[in-house]
Amino acid sequence: MNDLQAPSIEWLALLPSLIVFGVAVIGVLIEAFAPRAARYGTQVVLTTLGFAGAFAAVVALAAGGHATTEAQIAGMGSLAVDGPALFLQGVILLVGLLSVFLFAERRLEPARHGTRVDSFAAQPAAVPGGEAEQEAVKAGHTTTEIFPLLLFAVGGMLIFPAANDLLVLFIALEVLSLPLYLLCALARRKRLLSQEAAVKYFLLGAFASAFLLFGIALLYGYAGTVTYAGIADVISGAPAAIDPGLASTMGNDALLLIGGALVVMGLLFKVGAVPFHMWTPDVYQGAPTPVTGFMAAATKVAAFGALLRLLYVALDGTRWDWEPVLWGVAIASMVAGAVIAITQTDVKRLLAYSSIAHAGFILAGVVAVSEDGVSSVLFYLAAYSFVTLGAFAVVTLVRDAGGEATHLSKWAGLGRRSPLLAGVFALFLLAFAGIPLTSGFAGKFAVFRAAADAGAMGLVITGVAASAVAAFFYVRVIVLMFFSEPKADGPSVVIPSPLTMSVVGLAAAVTLVLGIAPQYFLDLAGQAGVFVLR
Amino acid sequence: MSFPLLTATALAPAIGAVATAAVPAARRTAAKWTALGFSVVTVVFAAAVLLRFDTGPGADRYQLTESLTWIRDFGVTYELGVDGIGVAMIGLTAILIPFLIGAGWNDADPKEGETPQGRRWRPTQGFFALILLVEAMVIMSFAATDIFLFYIFFEAMLIPMYFLIGGFGDRAGSGDEAGQARQRSYAAVKFLLYNLAGGLVMLAAVIGLWVATNDQLGSGTFSLAAIADAKAAGELTFGTGTERWLFLGFFFAFAIKAPLWPLHTWLPNAMGESTAPVAVLITAVVDKVGTFAMLRFCLGLFPEASNWATPAVIVLSLVSIVYGALLALGQRDMKRLIAYASISHFGFIVLGIFAMTSQGHSGATLYMVNHGIATAALMLVAGFLISRRGSRLIADYGGVQKTAPVLAGTFLVGGLATLSLPGLGPFVSEFLVLVGTFSRYKAAGIIATVGIVLAALYVLVLYQRTMTGPVKPGLEKLPDLRMRELAVVAPLIALLIFLGVYPKPVTDIVNPAVEHTLSDVNKTDPQPNVTVTEAEGASHE
Repeated sequence: MNDLQAPSIEWLALLPSLIVFGVAVIGVLIEAFAPRAARYGTQVVLTTLGFAGAFAAVVALAAGGHATTEAQIAGMGSLAVDGPALFLQGVILLVGLLSVFLFAERRLEPARHGTRVDSFAAQPAAVPGGEAEQEAVKAGHTTTEIFPLLLFAVGGMLIFPAANDLLVLFIALEVLSLPLYLLCALARRKRLLSQEAAVKYFLLGAFASAFLLFGIALLYGYAGTVTYAGIADVISGAPAAIDPGLASTMGNDALLLIGGALVVMGLLFKVGAVPFHMWTPDVYQGAPTPVTGFMAAATKVAAFGALLRLLYVALDGTRWDWEPVLWGVAIASMVAGAVIAITQTDVKRLLAYSSIAHAGFILAGVVAVSEDGVSSVLFYLAAYSFVTLGAFAVVTLVRDAGGEATHLSKWAGLGRRSPLLAGVFALFLLAFAGIPLTSGFAGKFAVFRAAADAGAMGLVITGVAASAVAAFFYVRVIVLMFFSEPKADGPSVVIPSPLTMSVVGLAAAVTLVLGIAPQYFLDLAGQAGVFVLR
Repeated sequence: MSFPLLTATALAPAIGAVATAAVPAARRTAAKWTALGFSVVTVVFAAAVLLRFDTGPGADRYQLTESLTWIRDFGVTYELGVDGIGVAMIGLTAILIPFLIGAGWNDADPKEGETPQGRRWRPTQGFFALILLVEAMVIMSFAATDIFLFYIFFEAMLIPMYFLIGGFGDRAGSGDEAGQARQRSYAAVKFLLYNLAGGLVMLAAVIGLWVATNDQLGSGTFSLAAIADAKAAGELTFGTGTERWLFLGFFFAFAIKAPLWPLHTWLPNAMGESTAPVAVLITAVVDKVGTFAMLRFCLGLFPEASNWATPAVIVLSLVSIVYGALLALGQRDMKRLIAYASISHFGFIVLGIFAMTSQGHSGATLYMVNHGIATAALMLVAGFLISRRGSRLIADYGGVQKTAPVLAGTFLVGGLATLSLPGLGPFVSEFLVLVGTFSRYKAAGIIATVGIVLAALYVLVLYQRTMTGPVKPGLEKLPDLRMRELAVVAPLIALLIFLGVYPKPVTDIVNPAVEHTLSDVNKTDPQPNVTVTEAEGASHE
């Protein structure tokens, strides 16, 4: 043991996440050392540049063939740099970039004592409604820590779908989750609700993490290794080297199945699939809406990426075991999400249940277990994340005296007051519903086609039926906006700064482009459909 | 590549929709003229399609074809082309829209004394833009020879249609303003959910079709031409079970759209609550996509399954004919009466299609055209009447022919066309359908004639109750048709008479396509002696 080798790290291949983490650390230092007045501007510019730089690095890597021929596993077998990873990292970075704009929006809340403020608590540590809070509000404080937190969360999300090693998977999960728990608690209005949401998210998330970790332990016990390739080898019965310990455990399917199930469970929790969905509505509702938008879009992308890699690379040999289970989860998610959403009266909860139904649709693509399936899931995730972000961005704009007016009854007649905004929101809803000429339809068609091609016609038919149910509540919101008389004391639409406008506009543009001319992006996802195995 | 005429025909109203929507809020009249102008341009393009279409022997089945790759990954092409049936339907759509715009000229204006609720709320612009948008999408679905392309527009047209139904009413329903708005949005939602459900079932079948072609041809395709070639070459055969499932998936969607009993219940709501031009748009234009698609896709793609399903479909269409007519008799609401009459007529169209005879098919196609024009005439005049009195209830009217004779006269002609009076267009088509049905299914032909008797009853009773008798209080000063209204109705009536006396121009275009469709389903006429000329002779009697 005297010749300790320095690990060889492919720094260039890991550049995207390195940039994000680097900028995040700088952001923390700015919080510590920069004067309060300078923080906001510096953080916004720095975070934007960080995401842009990381995105450029992803594009450069993809252009250099790392998505296809040059795909490799970097960092001593811990991180994959391949098509799915780069594609999803690109999507996550774009979502992150747009989220910065939403986080930085300062024209929605009425100015307090002369300073413009954002949607985040002035002094999160202060007791809601207490003296310290009032002082902080009076002083015009804002929580600029949100930007480093966002960077850390995105950093974790970049690692999550690239993790090629169970421990790295776990670390990435924690790195992405902890900042999210914090961000959820930071709402400026309805702080108690926000803190409640954060506590729920944290407790349930901690449970899920524990399950995941326990699963990892069992899988390690089974395979004697935590790398995906190593586990796959053991499952296929042809490990590189058999020592006596491994020989005694590798026949133990109980370890494998229970361990695999627990790990998958942890991931399904993050994805928000039934029956691990309980946290979604409360957290979506309580969290500050920009955070909800970011979380709903990016977490789903990252978690599905991780799930895909785990199932396709590590547990591919047990396909026959997990396929029927995921069938059930997909059907349950589609049906439960769509049906429960019908009864919702809060727009954020409605979108939460809709996200559960969408998790089911995406799972239909996962279950396909084919290259087509992977690329359809990638495409769906890209399409879905922009629609989601756009929809939540619209939610931030509809406000009354009490802040955001998220109760659906308050949205009545919105189409008459601001036809343009209501029209854009209707576009997002139609995309969620999967109406042709929107990105939602192209995505849905892609995953259903992959599932049908893999012989899962039952899933397709359930999905189609669930879509019909889901269409009902999306349409109900459109009815409310356009065909109901506006209430006298109804909310108004705040004219935001160009930051939010650009998010809404871009999301709408992406929704239409992916719906009308999706070929280029399908190609991109198609090329990125192959996992690097070793 | 030659000039993409079909694309241009569909693009003209689409551009018109954008242009109309862009007109500033205060300049409503400019918006109306913009919409009318673009709809007339569309008629010009449609006329060009008609002229360029070759009906001679040996002409291609699909003409004016355009072909581009669209979404390669899904095997989707942008392929357009028309056969005679498509030409007839595009012509019908293009001709009707200017009249609908003319009829709805003031339907979407704010009420007297009503202040606009928002700076950007522009209902008038929206109304006409949506009508043009629907027109564009309908033309695209008539012209698409790629199943996926068709599906996209088949589904997408629901959205503008939905806003037209839910957003604009005739302010003549029962109850207060809020109650009417509720009924309207109920009708709009019902329309959308029914059709969306049908569309989603069809989506499953579309995906199934892709899987079937992908398995057998190596790459999935939706192109009608490619599928027909592969079938002819024996490379593509659907198993019996697969074909039947796919057929059912497609047929379900089309039966909702058409609408066929028992999937029809959305139509009376939608037609009753919307303004008269929108009601015409639904039944005369949008619903025709359903019956058109049965001919092109159900029969064309799944001949074996179509033959298998024929008995069931014929029963359904007979039920539609009789049930629709009986319910029309019982209606107290004028627009709902016309809606149920339409259901009965759609029964005839579907019957003609599934009779699988050349008379049945050309009758059904002709019926689609004639029904469109006849319903437009009747419904638009009814709309004019309703807008004068502010009520849709038949009981609120009486003696109108004394105060407004021209209105009553045009209403009568529209009604007579609906009951298929010889000399007016619908008679020829109904006769053809009945002959076509009778030659293969005698019992069905006999039962269908019940529909004709009932049609005479519900139309004449409607006329008698509203137009004859003593003048009802409140109607003494009922103004007669204005110039604009007359300009809308007169050409429609002229068309009805022309097609009643001389349907040859339409049948000439349609017949070659009918031959192709019949050969798709491997059927020949049982007794090839009843020809179109005989039907014309009958119409002269």
